[in-house]
Amino acid sequence: MSAKVITVTSGKGGVGKTTVTANLAAALAMQGRKVVAMDADIGLRNLDVVMGLENRIVYDLVDVIEGRCRLRQAMIKDKRQPELYLIPAAQTRDKMAVSPSDMVLVCDQLREEMDYIVIDSPAGIERGFRNAIAPADQIIIVTNPEVSAVRDADRIIGLVEAEEKGPAKLLINRLKPSMVARGDMLSIEDVIDILAIDLIGVIPEDESILVASNQGLPVAMTSVNGSSASQAFRNVAQRIEGVDVPFMDLTQKDGFMERLRSWLAGES
Amino acid sequence: MSWFNKLFGEKEASGAVAKQRLQMVLIHDRSEVSPGLIEQIKDDIIRVIASRLAIDEEHVKIDLTQSGRESYLMAEIPLDTKARSRA
Ligand SMILES: Nc1ncnc2c1ncn2[C@@H]1O[C@H](COP(=O)(O)OP(=O)(O)OP(=O)(O)O)[C@@H](O)[C@H]1O
Ligand SMILES: [Mg+2]
Repeated sequence: MSAKVITVTSGKGGVGKTTVTANLAAALAMQGRKVVAMDADIGLRNLDVVMGLENRIVYDLVDVIEGRCRLRQAMIKDKRQPELYLIPAAQTRDKMAVSPSDMVLVCDQLREEMDYIVIDSPAGIERGFRNAIAPADQIIIVTNPEVSAVRDADRIIGLVEAEEKGPAKLLINRLKPSMVARGDMLSIEDVIDILAIDLIGVIPEDESILVASNQGLPVAMTSVNGSSASQAFRNVAQRIEGVDVPFMDLTQKDGFMERLRSWLAGES
Repeated sequence: MSWFNKLFGEKEASGAVAKQRLQMVLIHDRSEVSPGLIEQIKDDIIRVIASRLAIDEEHVKIDLTQSGRESYLMAEIPLDTKARSRA
């Protein structure tokens, strides 16, 4: 067995990397895979709270790298899934405590036992980003359908291309179908047109994501007929496994004016 | 824009504006070519070609364009045919 290392990154901050990492790891584990979610955002750790495992941390990634504990001791088991683990980031150190080769070494130790290692990258294009992508076999770039996030995603795509890691995949997060319908948000097609890379998923704006992270429960673990974001994350996990899942229909004609408009334009 | 939008005096949808602005800014981000550099290149090209051929200098166009993620420099250099027939 040799794990696939997937790094979730973005350039711009706050677009949903940590949310995507937690949910992707959870969804892959729900499909029966052995998964480690790793927080590479040293000094600003968050994956632990999004996954609801913050109270069980004893050791972190920097403790492993600096030899204060064995790798196994820093792996927190998520009791809700048979084979889901978290390796938390250090909170009181900074990104210089880790080097790209440290990350490669830690991942190589995990590869034998695991199916997937999903790494949460910090925002930016500096050391923390370099650390996060160093061991990656597959890079997922998260963006929002919004000018500055797409611009930053483009920069990251360029940097990843230079690393020769194979083509990165795009995940569009926080799409608002009603805004796209009235022409006030970049559509999925617009973003793909601009960035010219393959799409691996689209996650709609969904309040249940906030509700779930309030409780420390990745939304992907909530009931199957729950939110559309939950389903969208499970679809991404399936695509990672090579299943050809069709993209969810996120088009929407909302409100009276919208329906009137499309009726008058002969669209319906 | 549909006649319906025009009838109700709506502005161009902001999503389309966003797309157009992004496409423009990314052309320069990707190639690291500034608009000023393009102008300099244009002057150089005019100088080199005009030393051998009569060209319509006013209508020379040098543009950065994209196809997928590749950038191209496109030059459009009209010859000055009037000058040729005069000769
Ligand atoms: N699809 C979504 N719908 C609604 N809220 C979302 C969605 N995705 C993310 N959020 C919310 O957006 C906020 C930022 O998300 P998150 O922390 O995952 O971003 P990040 O990219 O990891 O940020 P940073 O760059 O700071 O690490 C969180 O409050 C999260 O709950
Ligand atoms: Mg984060």
